[in-house]
Amino acid sequence: VKGIYGLMAEFHSPTEVVEAAKQVRAAGYRKVDGYSPFPIEELSEALEFDRSPLSKIVLVGGILGLSAGWGLEYWASVIAYPMNIGGRPYNSWPAFLVPAFETTILFAALFAVLGMLGLNGLPEPYHPVFNVPGFALASRDKFFLCIESKDPKFDPEETRRFLEGLEGTPVVSEVPH
Amino acid sequence: MASTTPEPHAEQPLIGPGHTFGSVTDKISSIVLQRRTPMGWFVGFGISFSLLMLLLASLSYLVAKGVGIWGVNIPVGWGFAILCFVWWIGIGHAGTLISAILLLLKQEWRTSINRFAEAMTLFAVACAGMYPIFHTGRPWLAVYWLFPYPNTMGIWPNFRSPLIWDVFAVSTYATVSAMFWFVGLIPDLATLRDRAKSRVWQVVYGIFAMGWRGSAKHWHNYESAYLLLAGLATPLVISVHTVVSFDFAVGIVPGWHATIFPPYFVAGAIYAGFAMVLTLAIPLRKFYGLEDFITLKHLENMAKVMLATGLIVAYGYTMEAFTAWYSGNTYDMYTSHNRMTGPYANWYWALILCNVVLPQFLWIKNLRTSVPFLFFESLVVGVGMWLERFVIIVTSLHRDFLPSSWGMYAGTFWDWSTFIGSLGLFATLLFLFVRFLPAISIFEMRTIVPGAEVKEEA
Repeated sequence: VKGIYGLMAEFHSPTEVVEAAKQVRAAGYRKVDGYSPFPIEELSEALEFDRSPLSKIVLVGGILGLSAGWGLEYWASVIAYPMNIGGRPYNSWPAFLVPAFETTILFAALFAVLGMLGLNGLPEPYHPVFNVPGFALASRDKFFLCIESKDPKFDPEETRRFLEGLEGTPVVSEVPH
Repeated sequence: MASTTPEPHAEQPLIGPGHTFGSVTDKISSIVLQRRTPMGWFVGFGISFSLLMLLLASLSYLVAKGVGIWGVNIPVGWGFAILCFVWWIGIGHAGTLISAILLLLKQEWRTSINRFAEAMTLFAVACAGMYPIFHTGRPWLAVYWLFPYPNTMGIWPNFRSPLIWDVFAVSTYATVSAMFWFVGLIPDLATLRDRAKSRVWQVVYGIFAMGWRGSAKHWHNYESAYLLLAGLATPLVISVHTVVSFDFAVGIVPGWHATIFPPYFVAGAIYAGFAMVLTLAIPLRKFYGLEDFITLKHLENMAKVMLATGLIVAYGYTMEAFTAWYSGNTYDMYTSHNRMTGPYANWYWALILCNVVLPQFLWIKNLRTSVPFLFFESLVVGVGMWLERFVIIVTSLHRDFLPSSWGMYAGTFWDWSTFIGSLGLFATLLFLFVRFLPAISIFEMRTIVPGAEVKEEA
């Protein structure tokens, strides 16, 4: 059982894979992932993913960016190199708004991109799903659903029969490590 | 395909008939993966690359001799360098508008044009960024003039200056645009990795695809990241040209010191940018046979955006003149009068012709849907926006407050060669882009193919 990563079923349309995902969840499988050539919102819903924590990560990035930008401006203009320019106060906050706004956006965007890659565990040089023949079509026009062997309900025989019995009678392949 | 319920506003489809997930993928990826590079590509690339070499020569000579080889002098200290900087950065704005703002507004027609518009943004920002750095004359010293970093002299930039705001705005814009573009490319790089025949390209695209496998868990975070980036890029792009306009508006020079500048600059940026998108899209779709993806409806929509932003720009010109008259300020009134009747009057009226008069033909549907006319119009607007920056910068500066310090300005050979060379840099990068990366977002095109919708089980 532990010799394989899971069992992979191949579908021909987004409607089929979403319907299959609903049935797989209903049958009690929990370690399941879908693969598709474009984002399918309904698939995420059918697999009951939690809300992505990315927006919170981006909020943290934005707050850090604002503090870093403002801190830099304050420190440079008030503490490190105070310059009297036309009698303006050293802490010229209205003028400091603009760079602080830009650093807020910069940090938030960096956190969005790095956060997305981090949450997805990318870059990932090797993954077992690529061993499935025909999986290259997941980036063209085919849709896949994989029940992983670490799922407590996973059984090589029964799970295979269950997947093959789904609507669209998908081709089921083993995913070797 | 079976009957598809017509959507309320989609009178024309956004994609040619008969396309499937597979056909869209194959058509776009084959442009990149075909072994034989078309002859036309080599011709275009050759010309662009020669112009890039002209840029290299011009900049080398500039560094050797100093900015004296340019036409800038007192009173016109800001010439081609700042004018081309503003022109290029404005062109970039359409890419961000298409990729971010139209995404948030759920404008599906952006799908087939966003990728190369984003690439255009990136390359235009590269051309723009070069100008202020070389305008310093000593680019290797510009590092401590522009960027705040701890140095042994213990000095820091002045954060009260719009010029330093510009450094922050433009460098953030370049970084965020590059990230947005790259994130959009990841799933398409995976497609190229999976479809490349040669081992070398499988590895190269594989490295950049970072192991993307189209997992639903990944798409879930990816969609979130894409929306958040769009939400961040939207205020950013508006801030960038606002800050660029502050470079002028915060100064007290008559003709620059106007509150209309930020919105009028942002509209002008989008105007010039959409013109450039059309200038690029029309040959691209023709040359690579992409008429099914970049349809007449796309071109017409872009023409409409151009018309709308063109009207905002025309309002800006009107308000500039009105405010100068209404202010009763001698210097403001003189600057406005001098623009229309002074030594640069031809430039001013050429600008009005290009940006205000000729675009009015876009009201006529037959002309708006004529591809050759749109191409002509896009070039006209590109020229018009360049003239606009020339007029704003030169006519405001060349008549200083005292007649004893009046002067005239003209670009020298090296001004022109640097500008034409920057067009070469832009075109070279674009030619490399269409050869090595998908010019249309493949994964987003799949989402508008009939059959991409999940049907509810009856």
